[in-house]
Amino acid sequence: MTEFLQQLINGLSLGAIYALLALGYTMVYGVLRFINFAHADVFMVGSFAGYYLGRLVPGGTLWGGLAVLAAAMIACALLGVLIERLAYRPLRGGPTLNVLITAIGVSLLLQYSGQIIFGATPRTFPQLFPVAQFHLGRVGISSNQIVVIVVAPLLIAGLQLVVFKTRMGMAMRAVSLNLKAAQLVGVNINTVISFTFALGSALAAAGGILYSMNYPSIDPLMGVMPGLKAFTAAILGGIGSLPGAALGGLILGGAETFVGGSQFSTYKDAIAFGILIVILLLRPAGLLGRWTAEKI
Amino acid sequence: MNAAPMLSVSQLSVSYGAINAVCDLSLEIPQGGIVTLLGGNGAGKTTTLHTLSGLLRPKSGRVTFCGEDITRLPPHQIVARGLSHVPEGRMVFANLSVAENLAMGAFLQTDKALVAETREHIFALFPRLKERLRQTAGTLSGGEQQMLAIGRALMGCPKFLMLDEPSLGIAPRLITTIFEKIVEINRTQGITILLVEQNANLALEISSYGYVLETGHIVCQGPSRDLRQNPQLKAAYLGG
Repeated sequence: MTEFLQQLINGLSLGAIYALLALGYTMVYGVLRFINFAHADVFMVGSFAGYYLGRLVPGGTLWGGLAVLAAAMIACALLGVLIERLAYRPLRGGPTLNVLITAIGVSLLLQYSGQIIFGATPRTFPQLFPVAQFHLGRVGISSNQIVVIVVAPLLIAGLQLVVFKTRMGMAMRAVSLNLKAAQLVGVNINTVISFTFALGSALAAAGGILYSMNYPSIDPLMGVMPGLKAFTAAILGGIGSLPGAALGGLILGGAETFVGGSQFSTYKDAIAFGILIVILLLRPAGLLGRWTAEKI
Repeated sequence: MNAAPMLSVSQLSVSYGAINAVCDLSLEIPQGGIVTLLGGNGAGKTTTLHTLSGLLRPKSGRVTFCGEDITRLPPHQIVARGLSHVPEGRMVFANLSVAENLAMGAFLQTDKALVAETREHIFALFPRLKERLRQTAGTLSGGEQQMLAIGRALMGCPKFLMLDEPSLGIAPRLITTIFEKIVEINRTQGITILLVEQNANLALEISSYGYVLETGHIVCQGPSRDLRQNPQLKAAYLGG
């Protein structure tokens, strides 16, 4: 039982990070119908932003940690907007495949620019938030995990508010349902798309920092594996669905942690992707996704 | 036509890559009128409307709305000027309810009282929409979706309404209703209408002037009364 609770806590904190990242994939897919492969590398940039900004504030303080988190999120929001503006927008209206290939290109550009700028050697992520270890019976939980478990759901709840309660969120939903119809009711799609990239990239930056707090060795290729997992989570939950992405992230994080803690730990990635295959066989649109058939 | 036309299109050409969809098209629509644009499949009717509402960029030509050049404005700025487009196939937001679809139609409206008032007008026009307010738009019948698409466009308080094949794929019984409502919108609210149709008989009955489009060119135009008597047109579109 102790073992189970311990793995549950670990799984939740990893899953929450996957969820943050998965939301960005699913939002961009929702409005533009393509997978932004560079998203995982924005996560990496977020982590490095945290690394460098972390030196400017006293380590191990709550305000310092939150300030770094907010600053990295803003920096990555700008990066996301810039990527869309420079790389994807010129290709809009063309085949989706072109944008998809460009996204892979942007991903590689960020990874290798990262190696030039930050160096390829892994670095140790600083301690941003106060450190403490708590024990509930024999179950241990670190303050870093608590930060993840508190901050990630708050950000996800904030996103829900933006999407369902604001005018911009209303416009995002309209664009994701029907691009042309959204334009015809007066939605400025360029603004909506930039906003979507800003929002998704800010969450990726938060994910990068939260991830690095718990796995503190960071390098320019660090986004690849979490990115793949989060992408899987988005598909698993139903691409285009926000609750689906969050659910998919938690399932994948949980599965990976439980398998990682068992005797089959070598197969943890294989099992994570195995779950994806099984779920897609049973529900091709993902857990919460749905194929919408429009009456003509 | 005494005053300047509300919408005037001059020498508009639109192409998809190497294919010319619309060539050198010119038309004028007077304020308060109902004008129809007829033509078969692939004649360029939808392309023309998409260009007028900014979804497509023309290769050349000029679109003037209420004296202002709107040729290269993005769609949201064109809607804001009072030119609304009810697209072919209706394009309602299928996962949203009828109420949410109407609310989306008022996206650019900031005056809440006006929005509520417009909504009541639309319910008076299409009582069916009021009955189905909470229903998901995708589950409505074709005719009801058409009513919703028109209602959504009216929520933006347009001066000018473009309707792309409102009779397409809906029950014959409802087609008459929809056309009656189009006339009502024009008469009671003074909204100018450009009606694109394949159903030439009906369109010529309610319009005052018509243009006939064939493979991207206007081949014939005139008062609807005259077009109905036109022997060539009779053979091609009016069923002899």
